[in-house]
Amino acid sequence: MPVISNVTCPVCGDFCDDIEVTVENNVITDVKNACAVGAARFLNYASHRQMKPLIRKDGELVKASLDAAIRRSAEILADAAYPILYGWSSTSCEATRVGLELAEEVGGVIDNTSTVCHGPSILSIQDIGISSCTLGQLRHRADLVFYWGSNPWSSHPRHIERYTMFSEGRFQRSAWKKYLSRVGGILTKKRLQRAINLLLGRRLPALPETNQGLPYTMFQKKRKMVVVDVRRTRTAEAADYFIQVKPNKDYELLQAFRMLIQDEELDVDEVAGVPIEVLEEVADVMIGCELGVLFFGLGLTMSEGKLRNVDAALSLVRDLNQRTKFLIMPMRGHFNVTGANVVFTWQTGYPFAVDFSQGYPRYNPGETSMIDILCRRESDAALVIASDPVAHFPQKAAQNLIKNPLIVIDPQPTPTSLMADVVIPSAFVGIETEGTAYRMDHVPLPLKKIVEPPKTCLSDVEILQRILHEVRKTRGRVN
Amino acid sequence: MPRLNVSLLTGRTIDQGTGREHGKLSEEYQRSVAICEMDPDDIKRLGVRENDNVRVATDFGSVVVRAVKSARAPHPRVIFIPYGPWASLIVNPETHGTGMPSLKGLPAGVEPAPKEGVLSLRELLKKHFKRE
Repeated sequence: MPVISNVTCPVCGDFCDDIEVTVENNVITDVKNACAVGAARFLNYASHRQMKPLIRKDGELVKASLDAAIRRSAEILADAAYPILYGWSSTSCEATRVGLELAEEVGGVIDNTSTVCHGPSILSIQDIGISSCTLGQLRHRADLVFYWGSNPWSSHPRHIERYTMFSEGRFQRSAWKKYLSRVGGILTKKRLQRAINLLLGRRLPALPETNQGLPYTMFQKKRKMVVVDVRRTRTAEAADYFIQVKPNKDYELLQAFRMLIQDEELDVDEVAGVPIEVLEEVADVMIGCELGVLFFGLGLTMSEGKLRNVDAALSLVRDLNQRTKFLIMPMRGHFNVTGANVVFTWQTGYPFAVDFSQGYPRYNPGETSMIDILCRRESDAALVIASDPVAHFPQKAAQNLIKNPLIVIDPQPTPTSLMADVVIPSAFVGIETEGTAYRMDHVPLPLKKIVEPPKTCLSDVEILQRILHEVRKTRGRVN
Repeated sequence: MPRLNVSLLTGRTIDQGTGREHGKLSEEYQRSVAICEMDPDDIKRLGVRENDNVRVATDFGSVVVRAVKSARAPHPRVIFIPYGPWASLIVNPETHGTGMPSLKGLPAGVEPAPKEGVLSLRELLKKHFKRE
């Protein structure tokens, strides 16, 4: 049985590159090293997919030829005054490059999914700057790991194993054993509590578990992990210490840390629901670390304050570098959202929300970003690729998206493709077609082709090139 | 009917991730995202039981989902709905000039919905988007 090794996983921003895939007769039969989500992608991708292009006629999506679907897409885009081209984070950099050319040709707005993800982080990084690095550095050297508003156990399931606490680095040892004993302790405590409740025949209140004094492991010269979140997650259970912050109070907590590490006194009992003594102790641990890292997630970008929360986090890390070495990294979601930002920036100067309607690239998130354009009902057509905005945009934006002609390029049926006017099935990037993608730390890695795509499914690059060619033809710009 | 004022969070879960890989139109996906994780004490306060349907309402809409006990309580008056078409019906589209809608920490109300069913994905699309 042919086993293909070092396959990259086209799911989350970790973009793991050590997957082993077994292929028999062009079918994936086994996957090793992948997380639950990655394995589900490799093993199930073929079970639900779009095989034939569709065009909406009399209110119903009917099968059509690829040529007809390409022609119809080109007509829609060429006729539109202000089309939007959205998605890009789950396809290759090569496809994004063609997408940008198409956006310029049709004078539309092109935006990627970071607009509803780490867009505020990008705005903030442009304001403040970022002290960051690659994940390899952290794997070998980081002795203090913060996850703030991020739950990698669910969103990046192998992040902790490959890059932080459970990785065996050159200078830092894996903390597996510590974790196992902690989880054992938590389970024993829960069982004891249940037994006492059963014996007494009534329910005793659970012991408060959060925001108490720091455990001894936080003062050891070993790898340690702190999670700051609004609710206890599975990641929080793996941490040496969990700080439960009140919803929408991250900004206050970050600024409090900034004051404490500058040796300022805080004349209050608590900040964002966390006692000040706890904050002082954690600030001391931050200053005392050899190399710290703060990974932050959408807990900062999606709650009140948005980019200002990220401002405070970036500034905290900048301040910490006066006392020790500290780095910060956003936990990027899709496997190539970083690549989309990179390619956008190469081609236009801006990482997302780029408007070509004036004939040159313009960037003003809040004005040229997808949600704002849709809520103001300014666009008159849309092309969505490798994304599902109908499922993930707020209702008003999604409703306005489908009021205008909608083209969807996706390998599988999604709520967006069900609402579309033209559906073009594509090959799965990283499984059926190759390309390049950028890991969350800006390291480019190849996407592999491990099985042949169905004959009716072209790659995103080919589909976009054909649409672009057709648009140019209708405008008399090719012979 | 009892009503709880809560703070609504949306986000990823591992089940949402694997459910999505079974296809957005699959049972697995709906089971993993058309839910509302609540503090067990809040479920009691509401007078419902686990897996009963509840209606979650914000200023931007309302949706019926299945109440599920959160595995890691306590987090009183904080509820969690995984990203997906059900959560998207009730989040705030206002971007405050950043491009990013407000998807976490939204004020919301939860009340029991014993007579209402959770819409399937196709029913939801038909009702809210008027297309099939």
